Amino acid sequence: MPNTPDYHWPPMDKRRVMGKRLERLDGIAKSTGAAKYNSDLKPDGMLFGALLTSPHAHAKVTSIDTSAAESLAGVTAVRAVVKAGDELQWAGQELAFVAATTEDIANDAIRLIKVNYEVMPHLVNEEDLSKAGNRARPSGEQATGDIDKAFQEADATSEGSYGIPVLTHCCLEPHGQTISIKGDRAEYFPSTQNVYGIASDIGRALNIPIANVHVHMDYMGGGFGSKFPADKWGLESAELSKASGGRPVKLFLDRATELSIAGNRPSVFAKVKTAAKKDGTITAWQSDTWSTGGIGGGNLNAALFPYVFTQVPNRRINHTAVSVNAGAARAWRAPSHPQVCFITCSALEDLAAKINMDPLDMFLKNINYTSRADLYKFQFAKAAELMEWKKNWHPRGDSASGPVKRGLGLALGTWGGAGHASTCKTTIHPDASVEVELATQDLGTGTRTMVAMIAAETFGLPVSAIKVKLGDNAYPNSGGSGGSTTIGGVTSSTRKSSVNALAKLFEVVAKSLDVSADDLEAVDQRIRVKGNPDKGMSFTQACQKLGVNSISEMGANEPAKAPQEGLNTGGVGGVQMADVSVDIETGIVKMNRLVAVQDCGLVVNPKTAESQVYGACIMSICGALYEERIMDEQTGRVLNPDMEFYKLAGIGDIGEIIVHMDIREENDKRGVVGLGEPCAIGGIAAIANAVANAIGVRAPRVPLTPARILAALERRTA
Amino acid sequence: MNQKQEPEKRKPKSNFSRRGFLQGVGVTSGVLTTGVLESEAEAQTSAKVAGPGEVPITLQINGKPYKTSVEPRATLLDTLRHRLDLTAAKRVCDRGTCGACTVIIDGKVMYSCTVLAIDAQGRQIQTLEGLSQNGKPHAVSRAFVANDAQQCGYCTPGFVMAAKGFLDKNPNPTYEEVKTGLGGNLCRCGTYMGVRKAVLDAAKEMKGAKNA
Repeated sequence: MPNTPDYHWPPMDKRRVMGKRLERLDGIAKSTGAAKYNSDLKPDGMLFGALLTSPHAHAKVTSIDTSAAESLAGVTAVRAVVKAGDELQWAGQELAFVAATTEDIANDAIRLIKVNYEVMPHLVNEEDLSKAGNRARPSGEQATGDIDKAFQEADATSEGSYGIPVLTHCCLEPHGQTISIKGDRAEYFPSTQNVYGIASDIGRALNIPIANVHVHMDYMGGGFGSKFPADKWGLESAELSKASGGRPVKLFLDRATELSIAGNRPSVFAKVKTAAKKDGTITAWQSDTWSTGGIGGGNLNAALFPYVFTQVPNRRINHTAVSVNAGAARAWRAPSHPQVCFITCSALEDLAAKINMDPLDMFLKNINYTSRADLYKFQFAKAAELMEWKKNWHPRGDSASGPVKRGLGLALGTWGGAGHASTCKTTIHPDASVEVELATQDLGTGTRTMVAMIAAETFGLPVSAIKVKLGDNAYPNSGGSGGSTTIGGVTSSTRKSSVNALAKLFEVVAKSLDVSADDLEAVDQRIRVKGNPDKGMSFTQACQKLGVNSISEMGANEPAKAPQEGLNTGGVGGVQMADVSVDIETGIVKMNRLVAVQDCGLVVNPKTAESQVYGACIMSICGALYEERIMDEQTGRVLNPDMEFYKLAGIGDIGEIIVHMDIREENDKRGVVGLGEPCAIGGIAAIANAVANAIGVRAPRVPLTPARILAALERRTA
Repeated sequence: MNQKQEPEKRKPKSNFSRRGFLQGVGVTSGVLTTGVLESEAEAQTSAKVAGPGEVPITLQINGKPYKTSVEPRATLLDTLRHRLDLTAAKRVCDRGTCGACTVIIDGKVMYSCTVLAIDAQGRQIQTLEGLSQNGKPHAVSRAFVANDAQQCGYCTPGFVMAAKGFLDKNPNPTYEEVKTGLGGNLCRCGTYMGVRKAVLDAAKEMKGAKNA
């Protein structure tokens, strides 16, 4: 047996499973309704939980009385989580939880809880920084080069203000769980991106051993970065179960609560000044930005300015975090990147317009200010071809007659996405069944399918021969799904555990064939001698030689070692181009096309990879045209915590989307890299730029509602 | 145009009319009944009052009777999910916007979060669980998989039912018709491109099946 097994991915032309457009393995379960999400569970004796939240954005509790709720028939437990004197910092903050035999009774009980408040002044909107007072916390200036000199010597300068609001994750399956606590044991069924790690939240809060907290989740209905901790509703549901004799308690947030407190993405508002030479070379970037991440403040990485073009020689960056009385921000698909991309690419497009330059030419002119010049050059060329950019682009302002103006815009993005720490166990049974076990989770990205594909490739078996077991913390730790780190982690650990298991099987087969284990390969459901394909046996026959013993081997992805091993790396690029039509009489923006060219290193399954990019493009359309959390200045509450007025694009609102996965040998050689986040970055900026190109003026604030388009047009004519 | 249809004007099977409600209230509030004309009062005599508290109901779901009891305020969606363990329909917006709870009632595509369970008695309710025949997934379900028209999958059951109901009425739709016909369902992962193709594929297969 070789001392160091060869874990490398097979060369592109030798792959039999990887790289194929396979259907996701859980597709039928989902499309027939057989898939049981944890919000679908109803274990024996289950109780329903409900919670009371603060109606005030800032208030002091003067009294809380739960007695009427406690005496309601059907109520099994009531827990107040605030007391008289406590200060509440946002509307939606949790006040009390109840468990009851039916959901109606639980909700009735909530209504019987009497709370009195002393209402205090609040701040919920950050767009007007002058009103933020001491809630605004500037961070130190970051400066490089001589920016004042650069502005003096510039051939052209451009100044603009831009804004992108707070969004909420709006996961379709709300946050929540079904949980039971019996003695020092927990059965915990959350909707989470963190199947392994989340057990510790419950263990610590209830003072029970983490090893006794069993977490299980087969499917989950969307997280997008918001579903890592157990949250107060998880911990309190556990307490309700404990107080109700260990009966399971189910509590999933209602839509209004979900959109008010279960996570959001920070806003960013910006004043930007840029400078360039006549030939389009960018010489200076200055940005003053502010944002809110809710009650916690900041939560924006302003060091990302100027986005991707980070090596612009003269830069001055200031950022101010504003704390407002609203629920705290959480990670949101590519934290900071979509906002910073929107502001940067908008400002640079405005600069290009100032010097009458095609922004594509200007981006290419400055491509050496990025860290992936060749990749972006290739991708812009590909996207321009798909968009017919040179034929369709026109200088700012569509000169065509009639009210409908058409325009093109572009943007680019980057992300890390190297694989996280992941451990995996692969077992080969004597009946030739193969199991792969790891405590990861499939958020709908296709993780289950990818793991099966890697094992199938390794064993020379069809995907149907692999049983993937995930979504349970009884399996080896494979980390949470954040930062697009899952695919690199799980494919690498699966590859290694499967190669290790196969090596053990080779040892058994080698003896019976009287060859060296090094000479064997697993191809087409056979174990055979390299270079002598007739000498060998079927995989099934090989496994029969195990007698009664199974082979179980572990494999681990260790991020520190991964770059040398080459199975996964970090760092990707992608570009997006948008084509829109704007009716300047109504202000309505219509998507015509959105083109995305996206690299993510080695693409395990182009079909599901494309789906993620399609989805990210649609999410970007939502962000560019529809989505916005609106806070009511008077009451301090979210005004649109529902799906009528917190708007998402529908199936007819998205135009056509063209996705090109940048699958090339030079990208493939970098190994597997995460995809979920990088493709969700550039779309908003590309669409906003296309609108500016169409109507001839910058509409500075997204989402680009008809009112904002008309306001921008009014400023143009004024 | 949204393909979702308004419930037709009809007398609810359960007789829970506004008039019946007024009469019910009248039991405890003389003020409200004071102005009721004699003829109207006579007309009310057939109105039934249910609750408070749970009442027994029978629902015809996927061709089978299901007996359970619910409070009169319970939606069909919550009854399916909480009482009958039919959890394909999902509760997402819970107010008739997103379509995740879509079912087919008497041949019409409807949001089950906007229908009271007691009002659904005597009507033919079809849920996603009833779409597969003899363990074989329906053509729409298969087309959703083939076209990867799902990611997290939480909107998928509603979309599949909306697509089934749409194709029942529009067996040969154009691409443009699919874009408007499925406008009553929302997806957060962004699976619409796959859904469009899936509906067209399913239309072909369903027509083929009928011709066979």
